[in-house]
Amino acid sequence: MKFTEEHEWLESEGDMVKVGITEYAAEQLGDIVFIELPDVGTSVTKGQEIVVIESVKAASDILAPLDGEITEINNAIVDDPSMVNNDPTGEAWFFKMSLKSQGELDGLMSEDEYKKHIE
Amino acid sequence: MTELKKTALYDLHRSLGAKVIPFAGYEMPVNYPLGIMKEHLYCRKSAGLFDVSHMGQLVISSNTQSMQFIATELEKLLPIDVLGLGKDRQRYGFLPNIDGGIIDDLMISNRGDHYFVVINASRKEIDFKYLKENISKEIDVDLIKTRALIAIQGPQSEKILSSQIGELSSLTYLDVKNFSYKGEILWVSRSGYTGQDGFEISLPNSLGEVFCKNILEQNGIEPIGLGARDTLRLECGLCLYGQDLNETITPIEAGLKWAIQKVRRAGGEREGGFVGQKKILEQIEEQPYFKREAFFPDGKAPLRSGTKLFSDDKGKNRIGMITSGGYSPSLERPISMGYLNHNKFNVDEPIFGEVRNKFFSVTLTKLPFVPTSFKRN
Repeated sequence: MKFTEEHEWLESEGDMVKVGITEYAAEQLGDIVFIELPDVGTSVTKGQEIVVIESVKAASDILAPLDGEITEINNAIVDDPSMVNNDPTGEAWFFKMSLKSQGELDGLMSEDEYKKHIE
Repeated sequence: MTELKKTALYDLHRSLGAKVIPFAGYEMPVNYPLGIMKEHLYCRKSAGLFDVSHMGQLVISSNTQSMQFIATELEKLLPIDVLGLGKDRQRYGFLPNIDGGIIDDLMISNRGDHYFVVINASRKEIDFKYLKENISKEIDVDLIKTRALIAIQGPQSEKILSSQIGELSSLTYLDVKNFSYKGEILWVSRSGYTGQDGFEISLPNSLGEVFCKNILEQNGIEPIGLGARDTLRLECGLCLYGQDLNETITPIEAGLKWAIQKVRRAGGEREGGFVGQKKILEQIEEQPYFKREAFFPDGKAPLRSGTKLFSDDKGKNRIGMITSGGYSPSLERPISMGYLNHNKFNVDEPIFGEVRNKFFSVTLTKLPFVPTSFKRN
């Protein structure tokens, strides 16, 4: 698993990567009540706001971690946003994407580096 | 930036694991480890303890004049029945400006030899200055900084509070009474801002922490942060100053006509005679076209404060704005309130809120979203 400074995790699945938010991010957001995911087939560029996530407290965005295209979305978290608080790194993944350049994944943080980042 | 102030309970909040945020110049707990949703539901079902010491506590008294004199003076600034407020009774009110807009909303109690007034944190310096400048010089207005203010709210609040300070069953909604606690006097009112039965307790800062610790040791009560305080008051349709109320909105537009007793309205024994009377009395008779309303967003997206409302999904005909909105933990759906301009809108037209350049349909409903549960008798 790789991590971004924006508290996303990325996991390789063949040619795709699965993307979600970290436990730290879910905890910081608090009780999540609404999620809006991008459409499958959307081309995204790193840093682009592609997911809207609302907790009881406030609205925030999730940014595209890398350049690529959305290939699958997890509608289960749209139906039940609290899944993200309960299992952020498992069942409650957000979307899958194909990367423009596979190599970019290696540039992201390892789990140890991420742990240091949030300390 | 000026340094943030701390209430007497700051260390306790930290030790309880609160997430602390800046609010109205104070470092306040927005939530504890339980989180906003569970804190909210816990308060509705059992009881919650809130630190509301950031709010202003005013004592209005006179060394030379009677309570009747003070009440008469206050009625020049407040459009409510102050003279008729019995000893040890509390009442909701507001300070209008000359145009009928609201300088602040407040709770006022008659304590026999003085009036005790609780005002909003964000407005206390403004209110204090305004009262000082506009009330008879024979009346003293003191902004108390030596006392904390704690709210205990929810169906179990009477049982839990009485275990510490004694019998409370004789108090009904908006009654006020003094209790002694560890050699000091607590000023207790049966009121609060969650729409539920509960109490507000003013006590010396020095006793704040020990009092709260003793209360929190009881079964059935959890500390609740400002996050859940906001969702609790919104469910019951209670206004938040700075969002739902401000200096450009009148009490009648805000749906607070009920707080202006008949004796102060046209034809009443003490009709008018208060700041802002022209606009306010006019609107009581004629019904304003601009009014606070309640909305259910039709989808799952919460429509929050600042969301613009239109009668079309293109953003052409602007008809109002959401002033408070969010997710209702009790109803498990988003709820909003805000203002509609009925001159620009017919009730059979659709309504859309604009969020992130998208238009979400909403349905007009009635306040409160969740019924209140005060102990009336």
